[in-house]
Amino acid sequence: MSTARERFQTRVKTLPDGLIIFGVMLGLYSIFTVLTVSLGFGVSGIVDTLRTVTYFTAVYALLVLALNLHWGYTGLFNIGVAGFMAVGVYTMAIVTGPTSPGAGTVPGLGLPLWVGIVAGTAAAALVGVVAALPALRLEADYLAIVTLALSEIIRLTYNSTVFQEFSLFGTPVGTGGASGINIPTNPQTPINAFFEGQMGRAALDAAAAVGVTRPIVVRNVAYTLILVVVVAACYVFVQRIGKSPFGRVLKAIREDELVADSLGKNTRRFKIKVFAVGCGMMGLGGILWFGSDGYASPLSFRPIVTFYIFIALIIGGSGSNTGSVVGGAIFAGLLYYLPQFFEQNSAAALDRIQAIIGGSTATPNTFVAAVDALGQLDVTAFLSYCFANIGSLRFIAVGVLLVYLMQHRPDGLFGHRIETASSVPLSKPAGGEDDE
Amino acid sequence: MSDTNTNTDAESVPGNGFPADIDASEIDVGERAESAVERNAKRTPRGLVLRVQDLQKTFGGIRAVDGVSFAVEEGTLTGLIGPNGAGKSTTFNCITGALTPTNGIVYFNGEEVTGQSPHEIANRGLIRTFQIARELEEMTVLENMMLAPGGQSGESLIRAVTPGLRADVVRQERAIRDRAWELLERFELDHLAGEYAGSLSGGQRKLLELARALMADPEMILLDEPLAGVNPTLETKLLERLHELCASGYTFLLVEHDMDVIMNHCDPIIVMHQGSILTVGSSEEIRVDEQVIEAYLGADI
Repeated sequence: MSTARERFQTRVKTLPDGLIIFGVMLGLYSIFTVLTVSLGFGVSGIVDTLRTVTYFTAVYALLVLALNLHWGYTGLFNIGVAGFMAVGVYTMAIVTGPTSPGAGTVPGLGLPLWVGIVAGTAAAALVGVVAALPALRLEADYLAIVTLALSEIIRLTYNSTVFQEFSLFGTPVGTGGASGINIPTNPQTPINAFFEGQMGRAALDAAAAVGVTRPIVVRNVAYTLILVVVVAACYVFVQRIGKSPFGRVLKAIREDELVADSLGKNTRRFKIKVFAVGCGMMGLGGILWFGSDGYASPLSFRPIVTFYIFIALIIGGSGSNTGSVVGGAIFAGLLYYLPQFFEQNSAAALDRIQAIIGGSTATPNTFVAAVDALGQLDVTAFLSYCFANIGSLRFIAVGVLLVYLMQHRPDGLFGHRIETASSVPLSKPAGGEDDE
Repeated sequence: MSDTNTNTDAESVPGNGFPADIDASEIDVGERAESAVERNAKRTPRGLVLRVQDLQKTFGGIRAVDGVSFAVEEGTLTGLIGPNGAGKSTTFNCITGALTPTNGIVYFNGEEVTGQSPHEIANRGLIRTFQIARELEEMTVLENMMLAPGGQSGESLIRAVTPGLRADVVRQERAIRDRAWELLERFELDHLAGEYAGSLSGGQRKLLELARALMADPEMILLDEPLAGVNPTLETKLLERLHELCASGYTFLLVEHDMDVIMNHCDPIIVMHQGSILTVGSSEEIRVDEQVIEAYLGADI
């Protein structure tokens, strides 16, 4: 029995990374296809659900990859991810916001979208450097405290009325304070323009022909595809870093900084560089996440966001980029979006369940009542309670999962893999003499 | 010693390795140590790679190192011994930059390196190993080796990720990989190349640490108890390697607890006691030195 399992594990280990990610996505798609079909979704609904899964997977994958660069590779305990995301999003929103906005919104600089994305990413990286200069002198735990505090300082700064509207070199701009900020020229604008063109209309017609009748779904799919391309590029980028002498020094810093230092590596400079790159990616991740929502507020960047990303990294296995993507996919699909999906479709789901197993759809008021219902074999009532309180129950699920992982797979799904840091294959050179 | 003339001091004396304005007679050291240094200097015409002058290190009220002066000649296997608490490791850490000395000067190849950070000193060609072998456990043996060489172009982030610039990095990586394999074969560690360094035995770790230090292509290696916890067979092997390396021009300063090893293999030997230098000499001289015997066995004997 265990040999079959081992055989399966070795087979998974030798699979190409792309195939593993593809397989995980296929698994997620199957789960959501079964769910949506059994709840009687139309084609548009099914496509939109799968798109949402892809979207959350992509943004999580990007953020987890960035965190993996910090924590997995270099051992920098950065728990301020949300703060760096906020810097990216707000900078982008301020840079691209219209100069003369409608009532109730704050003005921006009115620059093109791509400038906003570049500026947001760069600003997050810059804040990373400024934070790194003093903070990276600290040992792991203290760095964690400082980064967490920094992310809260960033959030509260955006929340404060002082910067709600201020003047930047004479141009009025603002963060919107507690009421948040619109991202009016959100990344969908070029996509909207595309779908107004001839090719775009043809694409919409084609989509309608296969049953996707809502244009917004097609537009969102297009956005998600672009997002996937960006994440793929970032994946290649961090893989390159990981498999280079630069990445080797990062790993050495994680293992024992004094050793790296004693071998002539200026570890401080390496740490600052990688901190900046990772923070820039976190900023970009934030932009891609909230850019499509068209709105962000300080509430979107509470520390819980950071912890979600950490959990995804722990699931995938820190130190592995493929693990980061898989962890991001599993967390985003099953722990982040699935509960949300049940919450949004709880009535339909409960009706469906009741039709199959009977029971009552009335929601018990307390957990005790729900367990009581379960005791009387009324599973539907219990599930009804679960769906109604899924936000809180998700924490329990996450906690149980973490305990399980700590017990059985402390390295996560891919953390045990030997992924060597080198730009060339490391097998013994064959001839020895003829090489070079 | 070829870079002696690149010294900032135009009047530096070639072969001596020290700026001309520092005259040996001016060095204010304890009487005993001074004569030892002089004796050393007389004995061989070779250059001094490392020179420590009046080194002091205090931790709060404790003087761990109290005015230590000595020099290490090129191509020697110099031993540094002393009873527990003599200040050997602190001296070591002050030389390699892990600690900043309270007072005193460290010269390496004639240039002052006092208070520089470990990586600056390492990049000058002075590499150290650690008392408790500090392998990078979750890196493979080969990765450990390939980390060490200095001046790798792939350590620049931009070169590491930009496709057009990677050709150079790949060429260098190949050369480094081949050298790593060569050294691993010489140290009989090649069969472990793909393993995590954390899974090596204590003795293998010591070997790897020495091999890794060599990858950095240093002029001098400071070995902090390289034989602690190493079985006798491996110990012989390690010592053979050290002698070979010495013969091919490397300089070693060896801190060791094991008197026999030091006595049989090191020359000269520096003896430390209570934070200062007790004496310097060959093993024959040390063996009969009353003060050394007293320091090791207690004052009353």
